[in-house]
Formats: sequence, C-alpha cells, structure tokens
Amino acid sequence: MGLSDPTPEGRFGEFGGRYVPETLVPACEELEAAFREAWDDPAYRARLDGLLADYAGRPSPMTECENLSEELGCRLLLKREDLNHTGSHKINNVLGQALLAQRMGKTRLVAETGAGQHGVATATAAALLGMECCVYMGEVDIGRQELNVFRMKLLGAEVKTAMSGSRTLKDAINEAMRDWVASVEDSHYCLGSVMGPHPYPWMVRKFHEVLGREAREQSEAILGTTPDVVTACVGGGSNAIGIFSGFVDDDTELVGVEPAGGAAVGSGVPGVVHGSQSYLMQDEFGQVIEAESISAGLDYPGVGPEHSYLASIGRARYESVTDAEVVVAFQLLSRTEGIIPALEPAHALAWVSRDRASLAGKSVVLNLSGRGDKDVAQMMDILGGEGQ
Amino acid sequence: MPGPVETALRNRRAAGGKALVAYVTGGLGDDWTDTVRAVADAGADVIEIGVPFSDPVMDGPTIQAANDRALASGATPTSILDQVRGIDAGVPLAVMTYYNIAFRAGLERFAASLVDAGVSGCILPDLPLEETGPWVEAADDVGIETILLAAPTASDERLSRVCARSRGFVYGVGLLGVTGVRAELAASASIIAARLKQVTDLPVLVGVGVGTPGQAVEASAAGDGVVVGSAVVQRMLDGAGPAGVAELVAEFRAALDAS
Repeated sequence: MGLSDPTPEGRFGEFGGRYVPETLVPACEELEAAFREAWDDPAYRARLDGLLADYAGRPSPMTECENLSEELGCRLLLKREDLNHTGSHKINNVLGQALLAQRMGKTRLVAETGAGQHGVATATAAALLGMECCVYMGEVDIGRQELNVFRMKLLGAEVKTAMSGSRTLKDAINEAMRDWVASVEDSHYCLGSVMGPHPYPWMVRKFHEVLGREAREQSEAILGTTPDVVTACVGGGSNAIGIFSGFVDDDTELVGVEPAGGAAVGSGVPGVVHGSQSYLMQDEFGQVIEAESISAGLDYPGVGPEHSYLASIGRARYESVTDAEVVVAFQLLSRTEGIIPALEPAHALAWVSRDRASLAGKSVVLNLSGRGDKDVAQMMDILGGEGQ
Repeated sequence: MPGPVETALRNRRAAGGKALVAYVTGGLGDDWTDTVRAVADAGADVIEIGVPFSDPVMDGPTIQAANDRALASGATPTSILDQVRGIDAGVPLAVMTYYNIAFRAGLERFAASLVDAGVSGCILPDLPLEETGPWVEAADDVGIETILLAAPTASDERLSRVCARSRGFVYGVGLLGVTGVRAELAASASIIAARLKQVTDLPVLVGVGVGTPGQAVEASAAGDGVVVGSAVVQRMLDGAGPAGVAELVAEFRAALDAS
C-alpha cells in the first residue's frame, strides 16, 4: 500500500498539477514517461539499488537514544540519514534522477539548493556519472553555507548566485527554472524536494520511499511494533514524505515540523508557485511572502503538494518551532547523544522536546535527515566559540 | 465573435500590415499610464500591461527589475487595475501576469476585475494548456480573451491544440529561454511562426527575444507580427518617460510598416 499515486494530471486531491511555461511541458511529459519506464525496468532498479548500497551506504542505521529518551520521557529512535554519503537523505533522490537523466540522454544537471545539501548531492552524482552540473544558490545562503559551496566546487560543479528576491531557496528555484527553460534540450532539472510540476513531487517521493521502508522494519525490530509517532522537518518536505511513506498504513501519528518563519501548511493558504498548487505563504494579492528561518534548507514559503494533501485529509499534522527552540535542540542532541544534527532535523527534535509532556511514554521515530557539519560555522556565530 | 484584441490584429493583417504588441510594466513609475497612452499613439496595436508577480519564472532580468521596482513602490494588482480603468488608450489592452495572482483573487472575480478595468485580454505564462480549463471558462464567460503561449518544444499536434484554445492571438515563443533582449534573433523565432501559421487562422505573433526594430521585421516575416517587452521596459527603467518610450515604439512601427 503506502502513499497513493497521484492522478494522471499529477494531483493529490486538489493539490499538485503542472503549472509551468509551455516550453517545459514536453520535458515534464518526457520525464514522466521515462521515470515510469525506468521504475519498471529491473536493470535500472538494480543499478540504483547497487549505488544506494555500495556508494551511498544504505541502509542507514536506526539509533535508539537512551540518554535523551530518559531526559524527554519518551522512547526516541533516530533514522540516521545523516550517515549517508554526502551527509543527508538527498542522495537517494539525486542518484535516482541522475541515472534517469543519463538514460534520457541528458548531459547536464541543473539544481537549486538551500543549505547546500541537495547541491552537494547533485554535484556528487554528476561527478560520479560524468555529467556537467550547475547549482543555483541564493546569495544569502552562499554567505551562511560557505563550506557546502566549496564542496560543490571541489566536486566540479558550477555554483551560480541567485540575486533576486529574498536571495534564498525560493529564488534559487526561480533561477534554476529559468535556466531549464533555456537549456531543456540537453539539461535535466534535478529538483531537490517533493515539489515542482508533476512528475517531480511523486517521483522524488518514490526515490525516498526506501528510507521509510527501512525505518519501518528497523523500528519494528527494535520496538516489536510500529512507533506511536513519526516526525520529520518539513521545508519542501522530501525527507518527511520519505519516512511518512513507511508508516502511512499504520496507526502511527505523522507529524511534520516547519520553521515558524516558513510554515506553509501552518499559516499558508492554497496557491500556485514553482509548478504546483499547494499551501503557500502569500499576501492578499497572491505575492509570495519571503520565508525567514535560521535553517537555509527550510527557508521556503511553500511546501510539497502531497503534504498539503495529507494535512487536508488529516492524515498528517504540522507543527512549527522557533529558531531559538531549534538552537537549543541542536545543542541538546550534540551533548546527550554525541550526534551533531543539521539545523533542519533539529526542528523535529525541537518539537519533540517542547511537546515532551504529550509524548510521555510514547515511542517516537525522528528522521535525522542530515548531519550538522555544514552548520557549525553558523552556530559558532550564534553561540560563541565555547558552544554554550 | 472575435474580441477586441483579435479584431484589432486581424484588421492590421487585412490591411497588409504587421502587428505590434508592446508590453508596459504596470505600476512602474508615476507616469506609466501616460506611457501606455503614448505607446498607443506611437502605433502599438495592442498593449500588454504587466501586473508584477513576486516570482516571475518566465521573465529575464529586465522585467524582473521592473517588477521589483513596481512592487517596492507599493503597486498591487488592484491599484494597477484601478489606474488602467482611467487610461482610455484607444487600443485594446491585455494583462500579463502569473497564475497565482488570478488564483488568489478567485478566477471569476479576477476575470470580472479585468472587464471592470476595461481590459480585453489576459496572458498567464505559467499556465500551460492542460491547466487552462478553470481559468478559460471564467474568462470566456465574461469575454476576456485568454492568449496562450506556443513553445518551440511543442509537437505540431500540441501546437494545434494550443491554437484551438487560444483567443485574441497565439503568442509564439521565439526562443528557448526567458524574456529579454538578445544580440541576434534566434532562428527558432521564424520557425515557430511558420509552424503556427500552418495550423491556425488566428493572428500569430512572436515574442521573447525580439528586441530591436530589425529583429521585429525578421520575426514577423513568417507570421503576423511581434510582441516587444523587455526593450520597451528597459526604456522605462532608464527613465526615458512616456515620450522616450513612445519614440522607441514608433521606431518599431516604422520598421514594420516599411517591411
């Protein structure tokens, strides 16, 4: 079972669709056909599974947090996507798309990136498969994620600065789409989340279902049953949809955690931007409001359409946490478990920590979607050199 | 029955001329409505009024900059349409914006607001054929002509379907890329015009990458005319004022008339 496929028009309920300039429609149709064919092709799947295992290091482990569980009063398990090659869950999607692009005869990957994790993953796949790579990144994010910018360059990618608008993830997506409009004949747009025009929200989710399947088996082995709660951070929502997919048929409560300054589900209304209809932070006239978050990876005013759908039918719920709560959670996991998380999954932990009373005695699986190395410089600025 | 946009363009064609559609960013500067009138007097057959959107993915740097400046000065879809109502340009007007502006207002309400402002047509560049249904229904109901874009990447079969659904004219996308002036006209501009002429009797205009009078002549040879956007808006950004912008539009008009 798991999450359902969208309609042929790419709809999850009323959400989704394919709102792109005419120029890109044939490319989206071609991509959808190529994905359907590849997904049914055992040779493609074997190649992808092989890379996920031997290159990316799957399956990622599940860690039971004994120290922190005691402090929080719940039983906390972490799905360790931070231990994948390149440091986050992003590699699952990127390997799938890069192999698909190569199969389609494309020679160049275009990507957007917020925190740089998707950009690094895309640059990595491009290096591995001998493809050209161009990553768009907002000027603000380039400033706060210097390490990942340099990693992308080391991997042979070209990093282009998005100077428009809020100069963050939203604007990097605009620039990547403009590039794709001009380069569609030889380039594949390697979108990094479960958003954009059909087939991206569905295809990217399929590539991340592997982590949900693993998490379900692992948590069952540890707990002897399914967990009470599964939680993950949500920007566009790819790591969350990946882990939700493994538990959607169970009684497990699914909780997405958004940044307070980018709570598309929590405070948005339906809108259309970047190719799909979904909840969106916007003003009364339909102008998109700029998100504001400590985390470059979640600094996005929209959300993937399937999350809007899950929220609308009540299958998942969405909470939000403040930057200050995230900083505390970042330190908490570092000190109690010896795991420095990325700022993105620190949002999910911040919610668990804040709502510990309602979670008392429950089992909670948290998707630790990335590691915190990239955020260390930013946290030094915030906390000072002693890390206190 | 053809609407005002289609009628104006058919009349130009019937008279043996090439049509000129000029794009003016709504809300850009205090005198933008004067610019619309001056551009009409300078020989534009139809004027597109750009209603700025925060995330214009089909637009290049010039129109992005114009959008940002207009939005920063407080322009909203409502304020722009309020000003359009008083323009009386003497030529049909079409609004160009992005789908979320219409979606947020409510499709029927947005269509009605265009009628109320005296606007005849509407272009939504991020609304491809498959997603047009609800909007075209709302627009058709009140007589707003929805002009669809036709891209070089489309098959002939798709171009036919786009033309069948388009009203006013069909907007051939002249190149693979976003709006903006290029040094040379792309070869794809003449090709898309010729392909569209094979499948429709609607006026066929080519836009995107048509930036000089010479390029306009070249791009309109196979079709019925051109849309000129970024070149006009750049003049506005440069502070040329209504007369200075009209001067440029008159150069396009003269070149097309002499061709």
